Amino acid sequence: MRRGIRGLIATALVAGLALAATACGGGEDNGGDDSGGELSGTVTFWDTSNDAEKATYKKLAEGFTKEHPKVRVKYVNVPFGDANAKFKNAAPNGEGAPDVMRTEVTWTADFANLGYLAPLDGTPALDNTEDYLPQALGSTRFKGKTYAVPQVIDTLALFYNKKILKDAGVEVPKTFTELATAAKKIKAKTGATALYLRGDDAYWFLPYLYGEGGDLVDARAKIVKIDDGAGVKAFQTIKSLVDSKAAITDATDGQENQLKALKDGDVAMAIDGPWDIEGARAGKAFKDKQNLGVAPVPGGSRAQGSPQGGWNLSVYAGSKNLQASYAFVKYMSSAKVQQQTTEKLSLLPTRTSVYDVPAVKNNEMVKFFKPAVDGAVERPWIAEANSLFEPIKVRMNKVLTGTATPEQAARATGDAFRKLLKDYK
Amino acid sequence: MVAPVVLVIGVIIGYPLVRGAHLSLTDANEANVERHIGVNHLPATYEFTGLANYRAVLSDPVFWDRLGWTVVWTVGCVSLTFLIALTLANMLNRKLRGRTFYRLALILPWAVPAFISVFTWRMLYNEKSGILNKLLAGGGIDAVPWLNDPTWAKLSVIAVNVWLGVPFMLVALLGGLQSIPGELYEAAEMDGANAWQRFRNITMPGLRAVSSTVILLSTIWTFNMFPVIFLLTRGGPGDATEILVTYAYRLSFVDSPRNFSQSAAWGVLILVLLSFVAVIYRRALRKQGEVW
Repeated sequence: MRRGIRGLIATALVAGLALAATACGGGEDNGGDDSGGELSGTVTFWDTSNDAEKATYKKLAEGFTKEHPKVRVKYVNVPFGDANAKFKNAAPNGEGAPDVMRTEVTWTADFANLGYLAPLDGTPALDNTEDYLPQALGSTRFKGKTYAVPQVIDTLALFYNKKILKDAGVEVPKTFTELATAAKKIKAKTGATALYLRGDDAYWFLPYLYGEGGDLVDARAKIVKIDDGAGVKAFQTIKSLVDSKAAITDATDGQENQLKALKDGDVAMAIDGPWDIEGARAGKAFKDKQNLGVAPVPGGSRAQGSPQGGWNLSVYAGSKNLQASYAFVKYMSSAKVQQQTTEKLSLLPTRTSVYDVPAVKNNEMVKFFKPAVDGAVERPWIAEANSLFEPIKVRMNKVLTGTATPEQAARATGDAFRKLLKDYK
Repeated sequence: MVAPVVLVIGVIIGYPLVRGAHLSLTDANEANVERHIGVNHLPATYEFTGLANYRAVLSDPVFWDRLGWTVVWTVGCVSLTFLIALTLANMLNRKLRGRTFYRLALILPWAVPAFISVFTWRMLYNEKSGILNKLLAGGGIDAVPWLNDPTWAKLSVIAVNVWLGVPFMLVALLGGLQSIPGELYEAAEMDGANAWQRFRNITMPGLRAVSSTVILLSTIWTFNMFPVIFLLTRGGPGDATEILVTYAYRLSFVDSPRNFSQSAAWGVLILVLLSFVAVIYRRALRKQGEVW
């Protein structure tokens, strides 16, 4: 019965769509290889870069037309927060899904697992793979196939306001304990709060967790790790930083509030990534660009570590223009485009050869972030990796607002993980 | 002659409803439902699991926690909205200068798309840079963590929902007030009834038909008011402001693969709860001699 009604509706819809397509001279977009082997048609590209970056990306993406004059690039900026859901709504039926999308590193395995991405092995999209940083390639593979091409790689670092630290007479803290001690001096001498702590996003919880020698899960042994002692300690650290007023936090709008606090000089330090370099430099506290310092993320009681992040380019399995999409991915991840991205936005390339280019090599941010990325902690590239964040976020909020103890929070997060990861202990 | 009506209702209401109920009895999720991706056709592979989803939801203390807050949220919002709308409607239901202006101003929240007003409120509520805290600072009052403290967040979402809900109720009640014949008030005044007695014995009964309808509608809307909570706090801080619908969304659309069957089970439970409320409410009204 299900089939009957569905079939009927589907037929009606298809008929309607077909009519609409013919009526407006469809077929225009169904390009690909024409007889001469030249690419044509349209490539819709969903870009997830932020406000400070998107103009540059739009220009770069449209530069593809110079190489392939018959291909039109339709650039769409989709805010990072909505992109995952938007793609998942569009992908199952192919209506409104892009041809190429900039996917976060944890989304790649998730989308691939659901069959939404085209495998890229043996296609022109995978070009000169030996050139990629091995850790950047890690997130593009799922079950033995490659589903994406690394675009940029990043990690978290400690952004600091050199002037405030100097006025307060403190060194850049190497651990969160040092940070808490320095906070009193900073407050007394400059009036600024030491740290903005992102309490609204689980990604920012990872340095505290790694700092205690912990992890989310052990994907090889299939064990949930968040609720062990390290997880509890990590929750304790964020709680005590906020309670002691060494840090301010928010349960919503952390991205905007953190950047604003840093830009305005209200906080001396913030844990942030390369994507906010341009945004921060636009603020009054960094009119002198040299005033923005970056240092490794402070460590905990056991170790020091920040998560490896970044963005990949993936091709939608239902793309009507696969050949042009592969070529577009190849272009966007080419050494030339990566170099331009770094020059304009200080984002880190994923190709080793690009690091040899003087303009990239001498970029101050790259100088700092490259070793940081080399030492960053690779996350488990499992299909559920992205889903692990929501349970942490909820508990971070609860710990910071005092409605759960660190022990309760760690336990509840672990339980939520086991619900998501059925075969984990 | 009713065939087209039956057909349309069947297609736009009946089919999704039956499909949802059916899904709630399966283990369907994003990875095993039927999909057409380009040339690929992935057939449905989900299985019938009976009442397993319902058992899972009802045995989860989270469901009962969220139900408790949803009831508080609904009752709080509806009663406040009704009281404010009733007061304003009475104030506006007389001849005063600039009456049109006041009426238009009060309709404004209704005319703005909900998500725009909610985002505006979110900016106002911002603890560090929001105008509400700037105003308080001007008066020497410490910043209020509007959306960052569980209790304040609850009050904040209720305030926004009341703000959004008053105009509709106001217009409905104003219409009701204008349909009460003026002679009744004149006669009552002749008999020496004071203002409160007139309100109690003429206005309230005269408004009963309108108010019972708007209260029921408002209850159903508020119970399912997804945008206000989702856009304002995403259910946070923690899960303090999470109502049943936003929690169902989080459960089934934030995790991957999206769990359609459990989402459907939540949907069916919410529908059952609301039908229950509506039936009881109607009964209560009928007892009071109301034909609805």
